[in-house]
Amino acid sequence: MTTTNDQKPIGYGRMLRKEDPRFLRGRGRYTDDVQLPGMLHLAILRSPFAHARIVSVDTSAAEALPGVKAVVTGAKLAELGLAWMPTLSNDVQAVLATDKVRFQGQEVAFVVAEDRYQARDALELIDVEYDVLDPVIDVRKALAPDAPLIRDDLQGKTNNHVFDWETGDADETERVFASADVVVQQDIVYPRVHPAPMETCGAVADFDPVEGRLKLWSTTQAPHAHRTLYAIVAGLPEHKIQVISPDLGGGFGNKVPIYPGYVCAIVGSIVTGKPVKWMEDRSENLVSTGFARDYIMRGEIAATRDGRILAIRTNVLADHGAFNGTAAPVKYPAGFFGVFTGSYDLQAAYCKMTAVYTNKAPGGVAYACSFRITEAVYLVERIVDCLADELGMDPAELRLKNFIRPEQFPYTTKTGWVYDSGDYEPTMRLAMDLAGYGELRREQAEKRARGELMGIGIAFFTEAVGAGPRKDMDILGLGMADGCELRVHPTGKAVVRLSVQTQGQGHETTFAQIVAEELGIPPDDIDVLHGDTDNTPFGLGTYGSRSTPVSGAAAALVARKVRDKAQLIASAMLEVTVADLEWIKGSFQVKGDPGRAVTIQEIAMRAHGAGDLPDGLEGALEAQICYNPSNLTYPHGAYICVVDIDPGTAEVKVRRFIAVDDCGTRINPMIIEGQVHGGLTDGVGMALMEMIAFDEDGNCLGASLMDYLIPTALEVPDWETGFTVTPSPHHPIGAKGVGESATVGSPPAIVNAVMDALKPYGVRHADMPLTPSRVWEAMRGRSTPPI
Amino acid sequence: MRVTMIVNGVEVAREIEGRLLLVHFLRDTLGLTGTHWGCDTSNCGTCVVWLDGEPVKSCTVLAAMAGGHEVRTVEDLANGAELDPVQEGFRQCHGLQCGFCTPGMLMTCRALLDRNPDPSEEEIREAISGQICRCTGYSTIVRSVKWAAANS
Repeated sequence: MTTTNDQKPIGYGRMLRKEDPRFLRGRGRYTDDVQLPGMLHLAILRSPFAHARIVSVDTSAAEALPGVKAVVTGAKLAELGLAWMPTLSNDVQAVLATDKVRFQGQEVAFVVAEDRYQARDALELIDVEYDVLDPVIDVRKALAPDAPLIRDDLQGKTNNHVFDWETGDADETERVFASADVVVQQDIVYPRVHPAPMETCGAVADFDPVEGRLKLWSTTQAPHAHRTLYAIVAGLPEHKIQVISPDLGGGFGNKVPIYPGYVCAIVGSIVTGKPVKWMEDRSENLVSTGFARDYIMRGEIAATRDGRILAIRTNVLADHGAFNGTAAPVKYPAGFFGVFTGSYDLQAAYCKMTAVYTNKAPGGVAYACSFRITEAVYLVERIVDCLADELGMDPAELRLKNFIRPEQFPYTTKTGWVYDSGDYEPTMRLAMDLAGYGELRREQAEKRARGELMGIGIAFFTEAVGAGPRKDMDILGLGMADGCELRVHPTGKAVVRLSVQTQGQGHETTFAQIVAEELGIPPDDIDVLHGDTDNTPFGLGTYGSRSTPVSGAAAALVARKVRDKAQLIASAMLEVTVADLEWIKGSFQVKGDPGRAVTIQEIAMRAHGAGDLPDGLEGALEAQICYNPSNLTYPHGAYICVVDIDPGTAEVKVRRFIAVDDCGTRINPMIIEGQVHGGLTDGVGMALMEMIAFDEDGNCLGASLMDYLIPTALEVPDWETGFTVTPSPHHPIGAKGVGESATVGSPPAIVNAVMDALKPYGVRHADMPLTPSRVWEAMRGRSTPPI
Repeated sequence: MRVTMIVNGVEVAREIEGRLLLVHFLRDTLGLTGTHWGCDTSNCGTCVVWLDGEPVKSCTVLAAMAGGHEVRTVEDLANGAELDPVQEGFRQCHGLQCGFCTPGMLMTCRALLDRNPDPSEEEIREAISGQICRCTGYSTIVRSVKWAAANS
């Protein structure tokens, strides 16, 4: 019996990805790669208007086109009881419009044909007569008494109000504000953007009428939750629905909701008796699937003259589009926006929010927002910079002066969030060191003297990821726990089955590393399965950076459960008591006698092999678990951005970006770095380029990549990263989530840098995206907020 | 209409509609699904393949236009079990995450190195500027190409 314990660590550390070999050869399997015998293709007719009554729909010419197998309208779906479906926010959304259309790009009818070209031909032959209505586009006018009523489908609804929400203590905050030396107020818009994964949304539905079984390949980040919702929407028995989320070409929150297209594909397959594929194109993705942000915020900050921050208050107007489809835990209609108090030790805080309907696509929570934390962090990090400007203080010094101190953790914020751990100052100091902060300020002073525009922007954020404790977090009644199942085969190879669903974050690699670390089986000997609801345990999927906090915890704990059983078997094999054994990664060894040991592989064979096992022990070596986290994890980070602005063209160039992240225990530094790079690029996109805008008629002006500008390699710098390690005390391996941190933290750093560069122009704030034209206007005192 | 072309060194002939895009011909007709389709305005470059050795966006080429020409896709990049140095570079330097942009990126980067075996960071960024990646933030793609240049 042997031990091989000199490979340390067997689990954590830089490890090349198990996913890569297939992707590099073009052998990934994405939804649109699925080809089934007899498969038909579905295309969706969309509304050209933002708000219009449907007078009539004539499908006869489309039906007559050769190759067309079915044309389905809202009226036809209504007969099946499928014209409307529940959203993730307990609202309803039209699958196909029946009464009227409520946003441009809304689904009106669909065609199923033999190939995708024919299906699109047929769309042109559907004749819809619309009676155009005035739309509600400017969110600030949505609650005006004379505003057109969007949701006349809802019983008794007389206005465009969705919900009011508040957090914190209004009176206490008012008291602190009233006695503060300094109060700064700033209106801040986080404009509507779109996650735009490179692979759009799509599905292949294959309904077997004999078995009554539905097999659905689809682009979903939450396959199990989708299965349950299909059971509710379509009335199909849940055990007869198999959702398969194959390789996803990115998700970024775009692939959390159920979209009408998925339901159409299911109906199409039921109606035609054939497999049906639906793959939207880029314009459809941008115009109709889940947008992100769209918060109109008024921020206020109160402080002493010497820079002690006392309180933050904000009032938010949230644009939710025509249907409230926000993906957030039920009790959190504004997501986790309550963490807008940031990384600072405050005396009081208060937020009041109103959400409204407009004639735009539904969404809100997406694009690595961690349930609205992008907005929360943007608000606090902008308003702290506004305060620094008011006080004439260095923004780094102001932050350092107000950080929650390490000994204060776990720290309960004034809005009730319990931050698990944090040591903010070393993270900030490291970022400043990496940036050469003092030298940068000197360079800036010299350049400013020469009339050159250079800006240095700082953002320090605290994230809240890993939803969440089931006592108060659920999505449509499904508790936000995650399952994990681990089987060790007789020869010591293992399979771990996850309820979460990677979209590129490397779960097939990192979950093998977690199990490897716990069980001493090399990660190459561990296969990670996900995305097939028939073959993986139930759980809520991947979004909100929750995989590591929730499912990662489950993977560690299920491995420990297996290890506990292995120890019982080892004690029998070595004829000693359990207490006489010690675990040396990969084997149990008799204490004080290194010569007597059994490896996990030998134990696995024994668990499946001949001979008695200890009393009460079943054969095999496997376990499963459903992990309910006790709290979220709260990673943090310090970001510093350096920009140069051409005073002649107002073009902003991000010259350097330094990102120091602390996500506790680091499972695979290579993968974390890649996650951070991607998120920082999102930040450049949002801060400088991206926006889903509308004209006054409700035409979406960002509905293709011609106008919706995403950074290429030329718009971003070579990223500079660093890290500190402050483990989460409640997480089994001390790991916190991190995937969304960079998307959350980078936009304020970039905007702060641009505002810093524009100091000579007396500009305190301008809204994103800071395109050359908008910066040019701001330099001339005209900073108009976007719509 | 009938179209004949060489795809990855093999002659293929099919009856097609004149309007069929090369990307759909490769994916749907030939089953070469490594090449992807990510936009409808020829911006994203997930569909990049070689046409007579030149990287092209195959969503912007009719299959009929490729008739009589040679097409090379990501499926032909590896030499059996041995990855092309560009592929190996992407793996070593973590130049991919979801993998959706990867086939197009690989074809462009291979073409770049064939013309310029030791490109600068600026030249690499310029070369891939017709292609969007949503996951990596590009730094690791630049490193991947440099790795391939250094290990060819």
